[in-house]
Amino acid sequence: MTSDAEREMTCKELVELVTEYLEESLPATDRTRFDEHLTTCPFCRLYLAQMRDAIRTMGQLPEEAISPAALDALRAHFRRW
Amino acid sequence: MTDHSAADDRDLIASLIERDEAAFVGLVERYQGPLLRLALVYAGSRAIAEEIVQETWLGVLQGIENFQNRSSFKTWLFRILVNRARTRAERERRTVPFSEFGDAADAGTEALPAVAADRFVGAHEPQWADHWAVPPTAWGSSPEELLLMRETLDFVEGVIAGLPPAQREAITLRDVEGWSAEEVCNVLGISETNQRVLLHRARSRVRGALERHFDTGRP
Repeated sequence: MTSDAEREMTCKELVELVTEYLEESLPATDRTRFDEHLTTCPFCRLYLAQMRDAIRTMGQLPEEAISPAALDALRAHFRRW
Repeated sequence: MTDHSAADDRDLIASLIERDEAAFVGLVERYQGPLLRLALVYAGSRAIAEEIVQETWLGVLQGIENFQNRSSFKTWLFRILVNRARTRAERERRTVPFSEFGDAADAGTEALPAVAADRFVGAHEPQWADHWAVPPTAWGSSPEELLLMRETLDFVEGVIAGLPPAQREAITLRDVEGWSAEEVCNVLGISETNQRVLLHRARSRVRGALERHFDTGRP
């Protein structure tokens, strides 16, 4: 019987561990299995790259801004404070 | 969001307590964008979201004398917004019940796999079981350009807006606003593990949606 630490990671397992991998919260044995899987699996390398792309894209969303009227209302509140 | 130092905040807060309007406006301008984005998670409309942001600043004015820099101003400020917005959502019995937020949300939410099970080889081929049967494909010849297109950003915004509330809270602060895990846990009042689970589900759904959005070739 092989222990979990020796067992090769599958693609199906990897896609569920990708966030823990990126958050650096994977236990060392799983991190090694994850990295080893990546060296042999171009599909999972692409999957990880796409996850990073998705995260980067979310960081590019345009900033929200409250309306000038709301800003004026806040100033008015402040003056009454 | 631009990263402002806590020291900058402290200067503005000191002036605010002295009733300096410019300091108040400075803080409002610094945080209004992220506050409004988070308020939109709870509000059914932009008008309601703006109201929540207003109430948050009124809460700041009420409580600032007692704040005394015990925690980070940013964390304190966003907790005011989250508490008010969650209470309001519960009170109004809108589309989003309170239990869908925070730690209480975890148990009940669906745990869809990150990638549909039928995209992996089944047990009938033991040698390849759980390896890709339908692997991901590249997003066009220039994903970098594609991802920064206005149309793509609008699409991503829509996908995030459609996520379950607790996932949307987590991914909005972590990935859209770029906060640390610790800050997100403090503001949302959730454990690190729960934060990671919510983030994982949300990110997997966003990646999956982008894949379907870009991939026109797959049957």
